Amino acid sequence: MSSSSDLDLVPAIATRREDALSGLGKMVSQGLGWARKYSLFQYPFVTACCGMEFMAVAAARYDLDRFGAALPRFSPRQADLLMVVGTINVKQAPILKRVYDSMADPKWVVAFGVCASSGGFYDNYATMQGIDRIIPVDVYIPGCPPRPEQVLDGIMMLQQKIQDQRHQLIGNEPPALPAKG
Amino acid sequence: MSQAALQKLKERFPDAVTQTYVGKGGDDVALVKKEAVAEVCRFLKDDPELQFDMAPYITAADYMGSEPRFDLVYQMYSTKKNHRIRLRVGVPESDPVVASVTPIWKGANWYERYCWDLYGIRFEGHPDPRRLYMYEEFVGHPLRKDYSLRGRQPLMPERTVDEPFRGPGPTGG
Amino acid sequence: MAKDTDNLLVVPPVPEASPLDAPFPSKRMLVNLGPSHPAMHGTVRAVVELDGETIHGMKLDIGFLHRGFEKSCENVTWTQVFPYTDRLNYVSSIMNNVGYAMAVEKLCDLAIPDRAKYLRVITSELHRMCDHLTLVSAMGLELGAMTVLIYGMEARDLIWDRLTELCGARLTSNYARVGGVSRDIPEGWADKVLRTLDRSNEMVDEIDRLLTRNRIVIDRTRGTGVISRADAIDYGFTGPCLRASGEPYDVRKASPYLIYDRLDFDIPVGTNGDNFDRYLMRMEEMKQSDRIVRQCFEQMQPGAIASDDPRFVLPPKPEVYGSIEGAMAHFKIIMEGIRVPAGEAYACVEAANGELGFYAVSDGGGRPYKLGVRAPGWNMLMALPQIMEGRMLADLIPTFDTVNMIGGEVEQ
Ligand code: SF4
Repeated sequence: MSSSSDLDLVPAIATRREDALSGLGKMVSQGLGWARKYSLFQYPFVTACCGMEFMAVAAARYDLDRFGAALPRFSPRQADLLMVVGTINVKQAPILKRVYDSMADPKWVVAFGVCASSGGFYDNYATMQGIDRIIPVDVYIPGCPPRPEQVLDGIMMLQQKIQDQRHQLIGNEPPALPAKG
Repeated sequence: MSQAALQKLKERFPDAVTQTYVGKGGDDVALVKKEAVAEVCRFLKDDPELQFDMAPYITAADYMGSEPRFDLVYQMYSTKKNHRIRLRVGVPESDPVVASVTPIWKGANWYERYCWDLYGIRFEGHPDPRRLYMYEEFVGHPLRKDYSLRGRQPLMPERTVDEPFRGPGPTGG
Repeated sequence: MAKDTDNLLVVPPVPEASPLDAPFPSKRMLVNLGPSHPAMHGTVRAVVELDGETIHGMKLDIGFLHRGFEKSCENVTWTQVFPYTDRLNYVSSIMNNVGYAMAVEKLCDLAIPDRAKYLRVITSELHRMCDHLTLVSAMGLELGAMTVLIYGMEARDLIWDRLTELCGARLTSNYARVGGVSRDIPEGWADKVLRTLDRSNEMVDEIDRLLTRNRIVIDRTRGTGVISRADAIDYGFTGPCLRASGEPYDVRKASPYLIYDRLDFDIPVGTNGDNFDRYLMRMEEMKQSDRIVRQCFEQMQPGAIASDDPRFVLPPKPEVYGSIEGAMAHFKIIMEGIRVPAGEAYACVEAANGELGFYAVSDGGGRPYKLGVRAPGWNMLMALPQIMEGRMLADLIPTFDTVNMIGGEVEQ
């Protein structure tokens, strides 16, 4: 398992890679990664045209279910994959951030379409130039809108990434709370 | 058909209707003074021969540098008579206030809010004069020609990215 | 049987006064729906004042998908605007292309060849079917009928396959051009389309059997979300929503554009103006679109697909590569944009949701001076608070579906 893929350096991903891993820990990590990559509960943050393509991907022909990522949860609390589908503008940005913040760890983010990735060809006063300006992103799926094959490819890349990350059973210590203020 | 409408309008409001012409592709257009908008619209809707009953499409254009600066456009349609007419109303920058036509057609509501939001034309007597698209914190009116294309006003802190290279072309550089 | 369905409109009488039916004292409360609520289609925020489950007031807040369409268009050439128009009503993008192209052609006073008109109509009608299929499937999904979504998406995918062969993109097709269309149909495409339509019609029938006489669907849509004819006109409704209220206005019939006057098709008109009628309009219009496409294929003759006016249309490729004038003309149009004569024009088409109008102003330069869009969904969304006044919260969902508000065009 390569440990220095700089893909994984995005800070907010909840894999406790700072902990050194024992041999047993490694096995646990791989097992957890395997389990997690096949049960992605997604929260579709659908705003725009890409949503039409997203519907097609979720339907019978392309069938996202084969990747264990079919079941949308319409509560961010129950989701661990945030699919940002469509343009995010300046007015929408705080809401996206809030949805992201209310998801429980571990969580991943996919930017679906160029608008979510970089603002696309809407380079103007209203549109945010990519969601990575406010939240970390794991996989970018380019295309306007991306073809379903591309989306499936992106999901598979995400699965590979999840498998390669380090996972840990949560210890007994309570997680550190952010400082008040 | 609506040649007659223009004629009628001109007879009824000799002062308020400053000019009528047939535009590109046969659209009938009347230039109307700003003070008389509500009156003219009321007439257009109620007159039994005209009956422009469907809510108009209202938009604006910014002719910066000429006087009056803004141009309000009312594109109307009558379902009863199947004819169209377009009113153009000059609005000066110094006094961008026009009487609202929302009391006449309910459907004018959001179009007027749109004109306020993006062009800064206020409508007197509008029941809900909020911005339509932009947030309340937004300063300025983005579709005015002197508002810059990329004048973003973020609502929350964003990671800064050095402006990536943009190739040549109409919007590049 | 007929009696049964007639009675569905009246509230069934409460059998006996029982203590359980006593009014339940409740306080009004404000609930915020959206904007990232799945039933609000991602981009609309509604603040509703609820008394129990009854809506007593509602305010809409939009703009969560405002992406500066007009400002962007003012900064690109006339031809580069086409991709932006694709993304207005992204479910039926070709109709936006056509509407915009017609506005520019009106400014240029440009006539387009017959074959281009037929191609525009064929692709528009195919996209109208896609739009209605999407609406019906989404409505099914949100009323709990997931199967409908599966059928609907498959039927839509089939049509998209054909459009991909034509334009190269599934959804954002960017097909029309000023002066014509971008490419001719591939060989054998017409037959393929007809076969696809046969198959997708089967699926539509399947959906029809699943939904139209389904008790749950009828209960949830009949008599809910009602708007009267007068109100609908006053709000500026167009398209299926207006026709469901009984007003037979359709731009294709009222002021026929392209070649709609040569085609034989009907305009369905409803009576009640409720959700069920709006749904039926869509089902019937898909059948009419099918008829239109078939007629077009029969009437269409071979010929040019774009006007040959060198001021507005790109020269053919051999000329670009073979002659200096061709190369110059190509370069000029690409870099500076076509020179549209100064003036203003309004052109409208019957898009899937109603009258889609483009108001274009040119100052004689290569870029639009102003490009306004009369989006049909705007008026429908605007009327939602009035439609929902005094109704149940659960009725909001089907109403929201059947007025078919598309974020891209409403919020531009
Ligand atoms: S990437 Fe393209 S298709 Fe997707 S939301 Fe943006 S403009 Fe629409």
